[in-house]
Amino acid sequence: MKKTLLSASAVCLAMAVPFGSVMADENADLIINGELEITVRAPAPAHMEGSGISEIMSGWVFRATETQAFEMDDFENPGMIFTEAAIDAWNTVEGEAGESCASCHGTPEDMAGVSAVYPRWNEGAGEVRTMTTQINDCRTEQMGAEAWDYDKNDMLNMQALLASVSRGMPVDVAIDGPAAETWEMGRELYYTRTGQLDLSCANCHEQNYGNLIRADHLSQGMINGFPTYRLNNARLNGVHSRFRGCVRDTRAETYSVGSPEFVALELYVASRGNGLSVEGPSVRN
Amino acid sequence: MSFTRRETLLMAMGTAFAAVVPFKAFADVDGDIAAFTGGAEIGTGGITLIAPEIAENGNTVPIEVDAPGAVSIIVLATGNPTPAVGTFNFGPLAGAQRASTRIRLAGTQDVLAIAKMPDGSFVQATQEVKVTIGGCGG
Amino acid sequence: MADNVTPRVRVPREAAAGETITIKTLISHPMESGQRKDGDGNVIPRSIINRFTCEFNGEMVIDVAFEPAISTNPFLEFEAVVPESGTFVFTWYDDDSSVYTDSKDIAVN
Repeated sequence: MKKTLLSASAVCLAMAVPFGSVMADENADLIINGELEITVRAPAPAHMEGSGISEIMSGWVFRATETQAFEMDDFENPGMIFTEAAIDAWNTVEGEAGESCASCHGTPEDMAGVSAVYPRWNEGAGEVRTMTTQINDCRTEQMGAEAWDYDKNDMLNMQALLASVSRGMPVDVAIDGPAAETWEMGRELYYTRTGQLDLSCANCHEQNYGNLIRADHLSQGMINGFPTYRLNNARLNGVHSRFRGCVRDTRAETYSVGSPEFVALELYVASRGNGLSVEGPSVRN
Repeated sequence: MSFTRRETLLMAMGTAFAAVVPFKAFADVDGDIAAFTGGAEIGTGGITLIAPEIAENGNTVPIEVDAPGAVSIIVLATGNPTPAVGTFNFGPLAGAQRASTRIRLAGTQDVLAIAKMPDGSFVQATQEVKVTIGGCGG
Repeated sequence: MADNVTPRVRVPREAAAGETITIKTLISHPMESGQRKDGDGNVIPRSIINRFTCEFNGEMVIDVAFEPAISTNPFLEFEAVVPESGTFVFTWYDDDSSVYTDSKDIAVN
């Protein structure tokens, strides 16, 4: 892996503790419940040519053996707890139209593959939609129900459920056609330095993945495993909340969850994971 | 800034007090051990404690204790503000005197497991777990 | 009272007489340690699962005392001997005096 340190990122990388590496076997494979094979390494998609990354890797690869093990059995994955609550929500009639998710979409398993292609251009709306905005559109427009808060419990639970039924399927986010403009905006944001530390997404996750940031191994910043259960806060975490945390850590004012900037960034970052498996709800530190 | 003799003395006392406080947890550890063993001598061998050498996050650290034939096993996180973690009492239908769970560690420290054997003797095992400082809080 | 507390257990459906089986349990619970403070600096009161038991046909398999150092969503894995067909009963005891139970039948073949 690359060992180049940029002067700016060296500020936070310099604090690496002496006992160093907790990264597990770099060649470990992720198989869930002894049968569901998850692609955690794949050739980089064509649009990443020139990025210096030829192989894309799930964040799972960068975690310690014990953290990795949490995700290898659904019973031991605390993120799966939240999918159960979402199954109840799926079948619950809500709103003026007297509909539930199940009324139109059948079982959650019928949604296999959906998480793999989001964010996605919505022709009718003339915009790129994330899973969150799509789910909320269903709730407000089809069900006549209240929208769920972005990256909050109900929404994350449902996203975890929908991701779980797509696990093992390759992320395949479209970046051309009408989505191209949003994707370009996301790419621009990915390479834009922010904050007092003057860091872009790329400084850490493209140029320094595998290196230590304090005692953590920097990942490639892939989002194929979201929503993700973090041992740190013992709950599901959404993509935009993670973006916020990253931008805040550069000591910048951040964009809001659900903002057009973060929708664009989500599309771009998701597309960097094209070829990895959908892996949510994953477990990270 | 200048200090009177009295202030200096008070500060010195404060320093001495601060130096004592961190040992409070160890006093609790001794108390917890005594409560479990009744002050009996503790041997080694016959008990296994499995914990990661390095934990990526102190909030959720997987551990396993195993003491064939034991009546009960107590686990202490010696560096936590409250060291007690749990006590495993094995009944007649326990298939092994083994259990695994996930625990919280306030920082790098020794985890201690003590097993009570049927003859009233005690054995212990310790494992140091280094708890790492995360890079980005998120 | 803690919200959305749901116990889960994984037990094999069948076993040979006298076989030792592995049981996994997980209960969704915040395990509030009593050591944390809220945004206003007030201590959040302790609220944990403080005891777990597993019995088979009325006989004890394991009886565990949990302290606040047990992680959120307590997980426990242990082993049981299955002398005959019967029922495992799992019980979790909450600080707020709630009691959560689950049971699983197992057939000896």
